[in-house]
Parts: sequence; C-alpha cells; structure tokens
Amino acid sequence: MTREEAPGARDIAVVAFAQTDHRRTTDEVSEVEMLMPVLHQVLERTGLKAADIGFTCSGSSDYLAGRAFSFTLALDGVGAWPPISESHVEMDGAWALYEAWVKLRTGDADTALVYSYGKSSPGSVRDVLTRQLDPYYLAPLWPDPVALAALQAQALIDAGATDEPALAAVGARSRADATANSHAQLRGSVSQGDYLVRPLRTGDCPPIGDGAAAVVLAVGERARELCERPAWIRGIDHRIEAHGLGVRDLTDSPSARLAAERAGAYERPVDTAELHAPFSSQEVVLRRALGLDETVRVNPSGGALAANPIMAAGLIRIGEAAARIHRGESDRALAHATSGPCLQQNLVAVLEGDPR
Amino acid sequence: MSAILKAPLTVEFPFTRSVGPVQSAFLTGLRERVVLGVRTVDGKVLVPPVEYDPVTAEEIRDLVEVAPTGTVTTWAWNHDPRRGQPLDTPFAWVLVKLDGADTALLHALDAPGPDTVRTGMRVRVRWAEERSGAITDIACFEPYDGESVEPAGHSGEFEEAITGIVAAARLDYTYSPGRAQTGYIEALGDRRIVGERCPTCRKVYVPPRGACPTCGVATRERVEVGPGGTVTTFCIVNIKAKNLDIEVPYVYAHIALDGAGLALHGRIAGIPYDQVRMGLRVEPVWTQGARYPDHYRPTGEPDADYDMYKELL
Ligand SMILES: [Zn+2]
Repeated sequence: MTREEAPGARDIAVVAFAQTDHRRTTDEVSEVEMLMPVLHQVLERTGLKAADIGFTCSGSSDYLAGRAFSFTLALDGVGAWPPISESHVEMDGAWALYEAWVKLRTGDADTALVYSYGKSSPGSVRDVLTRQLDPYYLAPLWPDPVALAALQAQALIDAGATDEPALAAVGARSRADATANSHAQLRGSVSQGDYLVRPLRTGDCPPIGDGAAAVVLAVGERARELCERPAWIRGIDHRIEAHGLGVRDLTDSPSARLAAERAGAYERPVDTAELHAPFSSQEVVLRRALGLDETVRVNPSGGALAANPIMAAGLIRIGEAAARIHRGESDRALAHATSGPCLQQNLVAVLEGDPR
Repeated sequence: MSAILKAPLTVEFPFTRSVGPVQSAFLTGLRERVVLGVRTVDGKVLVPPVEYDPVTAEEIRDLVEVAPTGTVTTWAWNHDPRRGQPLDTPFAWVLVKLDGADTALLHALDAPGPDTVRTGMRVRVRWAEERSGAITDIACFEPYDGESVEPAGHSGEFEEAITGIVAAARLDYTYSPGRAQTGYIEALGDRRIVGERCPTCRKVYVPPRGACPTCGVATRERVEVGPGGTVTTFCIVNIKAKNLDIEVPYVYAHIALDGAGLALHGRIAGIPYDQVRMGLRVEPVWTQGARYPDHYRPTGEPDADYDMYKELL
C-alpha cells in the first residue's frame, strides 16, 4: 500500500544495513556466530543498543540447517533478555522486514531490527529446495530449483524474449558489477561453464553460499536522528500466484507487477532496481514484468548472481537499495525479493531519499 | 584451537498426508491408468487437478478424464539426474498439456538427447509397472507420433480409492556445530565440562553457544565448570520412552555445575527417586566409552543452601 492511499500514516525508513562477506562455506562458525557481527554493525551504525529496539523480526529456514527451531539459537545473538518483542518468518528476511514495517505502521514501535541468515553449505541446496514444493504432484519427482528455472528459461527462449548469449550477458554484467561489492561471493570474470540443466549454464545460476544480513527501520523524526539520509519506504507489497507451474505463464510475473503497482513503483520513474533474480532468466522476466528500461540501473551490487545466501538475498536487495540512497547514489529505488520456484512469490518496496 | 568438528546428519521423514476428494480421484486414477482433471466454473480443465478454483476460489468437484497423450509446452534437458528423480538416465523435464486439458503437468520425458526434444512435440504417458496411487505412477513421458487417444469418459469414481500418500523425503547434511560447541564437545572427550564466560555480564554459559543471550555479544573465554553441582529443580519420569533402557520411575533434573551461570539437564541415579531434592549435591558419572555423563549421583556433601542457587532456577 502506498503512502498516498493512507494519509497520516507514519513514515518509515531503512536507516542502516549490514551484511556478511558471503562465502561458499563457513564451517568455523555456528549460525549465531556468523550472524552476530552483522547485528553489531547495524546497531553501531545507528548508535542503538539491543534494548533500544522496539521490535525484532527475523527470517531463516530449518531445512537449510537440517534442524527444528534453528532460529531460536540465533536469537542468542540479539540479546533477548530482558524480554524483547520478537517474531520470525520461515521466509526470506524481506518478508520479516514487511512484518516489521506493519508493526511500525501500527504505532506499536518506533524502531525495528530485521535480520536473516542462511547457511547452505551443510546440505545440498538443490535437494533441500525441492521440499518447498507441493507434496502431492511435485515433490515426489524431486525437481530441483535449477531444473524449474531452466523450464522457465526455455519458455522465454521459445517466446523470443531472450537467447543463451543474452542470458550469459546478464551473468557477466552482474559479476562485473560485483567487483565493487566486497561482500559478493562471485566477482569479476566468471566462466559461463557447462549446462547444469539446459538451457541454463553454471554462469546463469547463483553461487551457493552462506551469509547473513541485518537492517534497522525507524519511524519519522527518529529515522532522521539515526541516519543522515534515511531511505524512506514509500510503498511495500507482496503477492503470490498459483503454485501449479503448469497453470502459470512462466514468461511473465503478474505477481511482481501487481506488488510493484501497489507499492507505487509506477507513480514516478525509479533510478535503481535491486532485483532478487537468482537465475539470469529471472532477471529477464522481472525486467519485462516491471517495465524496467535501460535508464534504470539494475543490480549495481551484482545481485543474487554474485551472492545468494538463501533467506538473506531478498533482504539484501532492500538493504543495497537503501544503502545507495544513504550514500546519495540513488534518489528513488525499487527493491524486489522473491521466494518459491520460478518467481512464485514476489515482494516489492519503493525507497526514496529526501530531495537534494 | 583444533579443527572444527563435522559429522554427517541425515534427516528422513515419511511425511504422511491425507488427500481430499479431487486429489484422491486423480491419484487413484493414475493407479488405474486413467488421467483425470477438474473443470473450473469457466470451463477450463486443470490437470493436475486442484480442489479450489485458482481464480474464484470456488470449490470444484467436476472431474473430467483427459487423454494420456499431450504436447510439450516447455522443457529442460537434465543430463545429470539427481537422487529421487523419475529416471536415472539423462532426461528432459517437461511441462505437458494433455489432450483435453488447459494447463500443463510437470514430469520427465525419456528421450535420446536434447536434440530430439522441442516445445510443441507430441508425447504420451508411460505407466509405471507397479502403481500405488502417486504421481510416480506415471513413470515418465515418451515421444509419441500416433493419433491422440480419446479418453473413455471416466466418472472419477473408483473402488478402494486412496485416501492418503506418504511423501518420503531424505536430506543429507554435514553438520558443523561451530567454534564454541566444538570446544565443548572436545572437552567432553577428556571428561571435562567447559563453558564460556560473557565478557559483559560475566555469566558462564554451559554448554556454550558462542553468544550471551542477555547481552547479545560473543563469548570467548573458556571456563571449566564442575565436576560437582547442585540440583536446582527436578521431575520424576513415569513413562518409559521407546528404545530407552532406563527403568521408570527415574529423576530428571536441572543441575547447576559449580562455576556455571545456568543449569543443564541430567538424570539423577544412585539414590531412590523419592529422596531427590532441591539443593542435593551431585557429580557426573561417566561410563566406559561414553561421550557425555551417563547420569549424576549424590556426592554425600551437605545440601546447598537455597540462596546459593536460587538465581539459577
Ligand atoms: Zn552477558
């Protein structure tokens, strides 16, 4: 919902963002040990202490860890005593940020800490992600996310929307942009490699890695106290479409387009878009669905093709877009997060800096 | 510091799920070599079928048989099949719109190579020899040049319709407990129990997890605790757990080891269950080859004063 639709609503901004260096493996640390430095950084940037935070919300997945209620151990890194107001989503942290945004809108809190993390290294992420599929018709066939993305890529190729060289160029541009991002896992020139599942080659697919991210949100004047140039969330919305892949037009993303519309993305042009597109073909789908033309800077961070810590990569898109506004490199940015196979669920936030 | 510990961890679950009337008809149909879809209010036939219209959310029950032949709407060549996938030789993932259906079904296509597959190609169902009422009753699709097969118009009523499926899953991990817990487990190997002290509040956490949950800071300073400890609270267990070789009733307790900032769990033995009490002084008993104390037994010391352990309850 956009601010314009709800007069008098509270202005909410991203005031700080931090992320780990994303790496293939992080055996030497537990999840909380990986997460804690990021929590400390993001608090340090605002001068807040854990006790000052009004609401805390996190995103992670037990299936990555292979253990039930794994998020409760990560809470140790937050400082949950004396008791805090806390919640968790078994989703990417972008959806935890949405929950925190709702909490701030209600007036129950003035600041929120949002974090998410994922260690893909302990398991086989291609197998793990098959378990999020419908258990009757899909999961028994074990179709992995690369296979499903490859079906979507072939549909795009058949529709004339892209071809293999164009897909390779998406990957190459992402990794080239990532040279400016010290946190990214894949930077610079990366071989396009062999087919993983044709038509997708390794270069079209995200690196598998471990990482965490955290964001602080604040309301109105509080945001101005905590950050020189807050990244105001002008609108945020998320939508889902039918889970049956054969029911959907895989070359389009009506849910992303609707979420963007409801977030106010089309009211004025954006200068930057951080798209959560783990596969090169998904960037093609999103650019088409969101009507992003060549004037928009897409994924200056390198995007998910440069680092894709599962459960954090979507929150990182919001964080990267906000950080660009904090630094004065963007005035109005679109941030997108996805979840599920073939862009099944999509979240869009529109962020703005104060006029300069 | 020695290397971080690692161990294989397998998570397996036979996820038992019930099915509704539409899924039951579809899956039972597969067992009988009949493919059923469901007709929505606006006349579209969905295969595989759903119980609620994806557009209007209206309940739908109008089953329609469709043909076992169809057309590939998109595909992807999988040269390196993974465990559990329909074929163990290279195959194409396909979305197939069966003749008479308006939506596509995901499955595998057995084809000689990627050059023989294209969008728009005609295929038919290859049935599994043994069928139980599951999506895997379709072994795969295969290329098909013949006439489309007219469905017989099955009603969707079956004798002995299936009512559930078992969605078996197995995931393999290499578990690593991280730095703090590695230290704890290694110390256990020497029959020592170590915790970590918070640099801020000075509390000693055992087992250590690398962070102080009160202060939200990393804990680094390793501290040996025990071996003696105090029962802070306890319960009497009267139910025998499956595969557990312990006679009931027995006592399960919270034990604050000397020097620890919080209590850990342990079984109390060597004393009649009805004589265990708060404040009882205990020590660990290690059995041959065990990786952790088997149980705790009374030391014979006088009971600890309540004020000594009340903060650790
Ligand atoms: Zn502490």
